[in-house]
Amino acid sequence: MSTRQFGARVQRNEDARLITGRGRFVDDLPLDGVLHGAFARSAVARGRITHLDTTAARALPGVHRVYTHADLGELDVTMPLLIPHPCIGHPRTQYPLAHEDVYHVGQAIAFVVADDRYIAEDAARLIEIDYDILPVEVDPAKAALDGAPLVHEDVPNNIAAHLVQVSGDPDAAFAAADHVTRIQVRVDRSTAAPMECLSTAARWDAVSGELTVWDGTQAPIGLRGALSSLFDLDEDKVRVVAPDVGGGFGPKIVFPYSNEILVPFAAKDLRRPVKWVEDRSENFVHMTHERTQIHDIELAATSDGVVLGLRDTFLHDTGSFIPYGIAVAQVASTQIAGPYRIPAIHVTFDCVYTPTVPVTPYRGCGRPQANFAIERAMDQLAAELGIDRFEIRRRNFITPDEFPYTRPDLVFADGLPVTLDSGRYDDALAALEKALDLDAIRAEQEQARAEGRMLGLGLSFYVEGTGLGPYEGAKIRLHPITGKAYVNTGLTAQGQGHETAWAQIVADQIGVRPEDVIVVEGDTGVFDWGVATFASRAAVVSGNAVHIAAVSARARIAQAAANMLEADPDDIELADGRAFVRGTTSRGVTLAEVATMSNPLRYAFNKAAQTATQFAPTARSTGKPLPDGERPGIEVSEYYSPPHATWAYGVHAALVEVDPVTCDIDVKRYVCVHDCGNMINPMIVEGQVAGGVAQGMGGAFYEKLEYDENGVLRNASFMDFLVPYATEVPHIEMIHLETPSPLNPLGIKGVGEAGTIPVGQVIASAVEDALSPLGTPPVRQVPLSPSAIHDLLRQARVNV
Amino acid sequence: MNGNHGTNHLDAEPVDGDTRYGPDDRIAISLTVNGEKVEAAVSPRLLLSDFLRGDLGLTGTHVGCEHGVCGACTVHLDGVPARSCLTMAVQVDGMEVRTVEGLAGSDGTLHPVQRAFRECHGLQCGFCTPGFLMAVTHLVENEELAETDDGVRAQLAGNLCRCTGYMGIVAATRRAAAEIASKG
Repeated sequence: MSTRQFGARVQRNEDARLITGRGRFVDDLPLDGVLHGAFARSAVARGRITHLDTTAARALPGVHRVYTHADLGELDVTMPLLIPHPCIGHPRTQYPLAHEDVYHVGQAIAFVVADDRYIAEDAARLIEIDYDILPVEVDPAKAALDGAPLVHEDVPNNIAAHLVQVSGDPDAAFAAADHVTRIQVRVDRSTAAPMECLSTAARWDAVSGELTVWDGTQAPIGLRGALSSLFDLDEDKVRVVAPDVGGGFGPKIVFPYSNEILVPFAAKDLRRPVKWVEDRSENFVHMTHERTQIHDIELAATSDGVVLGLRDTFLHDTGSFIPYGIAVAQVASTQIAGPYRIPAIHVTFDCVYTPTVPVTPYRGCGRPQANFAIERAMDQLAAELGIDRFEIRRRNFITPDEFPYTRPDLVFADGLPVTLDSGRYDDALAALEKALDLDAIRAEQEQARAEGRMLGLGLSFYVEGTGLGPYEGAKIRLHPITGKAYVNTGLTAQGQGHETAWAQIVADQIGVRPEDVIVVEGDTGVFDWGVATFASRAAVVSGNAVHIAAVSARARIAQAAANMLEADPDDIELADGRAFVRGTTSRGVTLAEVATMSNPLRYAFNKAAQTATQFAPTARSTGKPLPDGERPGIEVSEYYSPPHATWAYGVHAALVEVDPVTCDIDVKRYVCVHDCGNMINPMIVEGQVAGGVAQGMGGAFYEKLEYDENGVLRNASFMDFLVPYATEVPHIEMIHLETPSPLNPLGIKGVGEAGTIPVGQVIASAVEDALSPLGTPPVRQVPLSPSAIHDLLRQARVNV
Repeated sequence: MNGNHGTNHLDAEPVDGDTRYGPDDRIAISLTVNGEKVEAAVSPRLLLSDFLRGDLGLTGTHVGCEHGVCGACTVHLDGVPARSCLTMAVQVDGMEVRTVEGLAGSDGTLHPVQRAFRECHGLQCGFCTPGFLMAVTHLVENEELAETDDGVRAQLAGNLCRCTGYMGIVAATRRAAAEIASKG
C-alpha cells in the first residue's frame, strides 16, 4: 500500500515553475497587440471636481483613448454592496470612475489606454484636474461627532452602520460582579501589501462575443458574476482567470475594483487586449485597507477572576465606502469573548465613514483588533485582582466537555450564532508554559532587572472561526491517456499550496503519487461553482469537497476495475497508479486503462483506445455501450457545505527586551502553540503560521498608514511604510496540537489567518511587562513604534 | 513607473538639463543575457526590468515596488546583484546579465539554491522568489554565510517576502550554502 499522503510534509507541486522563472502572474502572460492602461487619481481627499480636461492627454502620440465616467454608459453606476446587512443604514459604494465628487486620495478619475505604459503614464499626467477642496476629518472618533465634516453629505455623523448584539444577560452579570475592569484600546490602519499589486488584463473576442479577463483576484467566480451582470453578457461569454497570484491576504477578495471594470471595458471598446498593473504607490491609495478600531471594553468579574460579563463598544473606520459591508466589524464583534466562557455579552459597533481608502478584510479581518481588546482587558483584570496572567485565562477557558459551546444571538459572518466546536485550550496553555520554561524565564527576568535590563514576557490566546460556507466543490477526472488525475475547484490560491494539498487528499484515495494529481483552479472556464478564497476556509471547505470527490472517484474506479478484472469491487485495491485484486498484484490494470475502458469509443486513436472501441471483442455485450444511468469515463463532481464555522485557536508568547535609550525592542524568543485540527501538510501549515506571525509583527511594530489632517497618505511607499525584512521577524518556535474538527470528514480547521491575530497583544503585553518596573502606563495601542515606547517612558518620568 | 496624477510624492517633475535624448530616441545596446548575446535599440527611459520582461520575454524577473525596496527584481549585472527596476536598459550596454531563467543548467538541472527553496518551503506565492533566488545565489557562491541565524537574516535583508515569515528562506539559504560548500 502507498504511504499515506495526508499529514505528510510533501514538497509542493507549484514550486517547479515558480523557482525557474516560469510563474504565470497576470503581467507575465503574453498577449499579442496588448495596450497598456494608467489611471489618473484624485490628489485630494474630499473635493468637488471643477475642471477636468483630457485634451492634451488624448493628443499625445501613442494614446488610444482616455476615459472618464461620462464615457462608461451603462457601466457608470455605483458598484455593488457585496454583503448587505440590515444594520447598514447608509450604504455607499463607489463609481468605477469618479463623478464630480471625490472621496479619498487615490480615487480613480480617468483611465488612459496607450501603446505602452510609459506613454499611458505621460498622458495621465497631462490630464488637468481642478478641485474645490472640502473639509475633512480622518480620525473616526472625531468624524462621528456632531458637526464633523461629512464624507457623504446625507449621512449624519458619518455613521454607515450601527449594530447591537446581546448574548445572555449582561446587565445581570454586571450587577452581580465583584469587580469591573474598563479600558480603551486602539489598533491602527494598515495594508496587506501583497508582493504583487493588483493586476488585470482582458481580451474581447468580437467573433465569438467572449470576454476573457485575467485578474489577480481571490474571487474569480464572484468577479465573473459581477462582470456578466454589469456588461450584460451571458455567463458563458465571460471567463475570469486568476493565474498565479502574488499574495492576497484579503483585499483581493473585493470586486470589482476600477481596473476590473475599465480594463475589460477598454478591451471591448478598442477591440485590442488591454492590461493594467498597479504600481506600489498606487497600491497604497487604491487597494483596500483594514484595521482601525477603537474599543471601549468592560469585564465584569468575581473577585477570583471569573468573568461573568463583557461589554464592548467600538468604532470601526470603514473608509470612504462600504463595498464589503460590515464583515470586518461583525467578525470583530463575534470573537470579542475569545476562548473564554463569558456567558453574557453586550457588543455594539458603529462603522464610520472617513475620507480614506475603503476598508475591507485584511488577514485577521477584525480579529486582531477584538483579540487585542479582550486580551489587553484580561491582562488588566489580572493585574487589578493580583492574579497571574496565565492563571486568570485558565480560570475562564471553555473546557473540552463544554463543546459545542454556543453564544446565543451573537451572529457570526455565516449568519449563524457563534458555536465553538472543539478545542483543548488548557492543554495549549500548558504546552506553552512547558515550552517557555516559565520558572527559568522568571529567574532570567529577575536577573535582567537586577542588571537594569528591561526584559518582559507577553502572551495572547486567540480563537478564530474558520471555514465559512456556504459551500465549495471539486471535480476529479481521470485522464484516459496518462492515468493522471485532474482536479478543479472554484477557488484560487495566492501561495497557500492548493496544488499540493488537494493532490495529497486525492492521492490517498486513488493510489497515485501527489505529483500525478494536476490541480487547476481559479479559472471559471474550468469550474465555476463555488465562492472564493477568504476567511481561512479553503482547506476546510474545498479540502473536504476534494476528499468527498476523491472517495467518489475511488468507488467509480473500483467498480470499473472490478468489471475489467471480473472481481468484486470490495476486493479492488488502488496503489501505485494501478487497480488490482487484493492480494494478487499481478491481477491488475493501470488507472489509464480503467479510464479508457470506462469510456466506450468509436475511434481507435491509440493502442489503449483499440480495446475500448465499441468494436473491440472485450467491449461486446448485448446491452447499450453506455447503460442507462451510466456516465462515460471516471469523472465526479462533489460538494461540501459546512454546518457552521469550525474554531481554531492557539496561544503565543514572546520574551522581549526593550532598550529604554533607543526604544528598540528585541524579540528574544517567540513561541507559538496552535491547533488547526488535522493538518494536511505540516510544512505548509508552518509556512502559513510563520507568514501570519510576520504580518502580525508588522502590525505590532511598524505598519501604520499615516493620514495627515488633510487626508493625504504620507507614507505611501515601501520607503516609508515599513514591511518587515528577515531582520524584523524572529525565529518562531512552533508547537502543533491536532484536535480534529468534529464538523467535517477530514477534521480540518483553517489556519491562514491564525498567525496574525494575537501578535499585537503578545508584543504589547511583553513590553508592558518589561517596562513595569519603570512605572510606565499600560500599553493600549499598536503599532508600538519607538516613538510610542518613548511616549510611555516619558509618561513614566512625568509620573515619578 | 507610476500612474498617479498628483498623488505620489516620489513622482518628481522632469528636470531641465540634458536634452540630447528624448523618449522616442532609440539607443543601441549590446549585452549578454544568461549567456546569450543580445542586440537591441531601446528608449533611454526604458527600465532594465521592462526590457527583460517586455522586450526579451524573460518574465521571471518580477517588479514589486519600482523603487528599489523589495528586491523582487534583483538580477546579476557582471556577477553582482542589482535592482533591475532602478537600472536603465541603456546602462547595461556591454554587461553580462543573469536572471532567474539562467540559474538552472541548460539541461534543466536545478541550481542548489532553487532546490533548497523547494525543499525548505522557502516560497509560497512565488512572486518575490526570483529576486530572493538571485540574491541568495550570489550570497552562497561569493560570500561567507553568517554563523548565526541573525547574521543570515541580516544578509537576506535586501529582499521582502510577505508570505513566508522568512523561516523557510533562512533554512533554504543554509541548506544551499552547505551543499555548495560540501562540493568545494
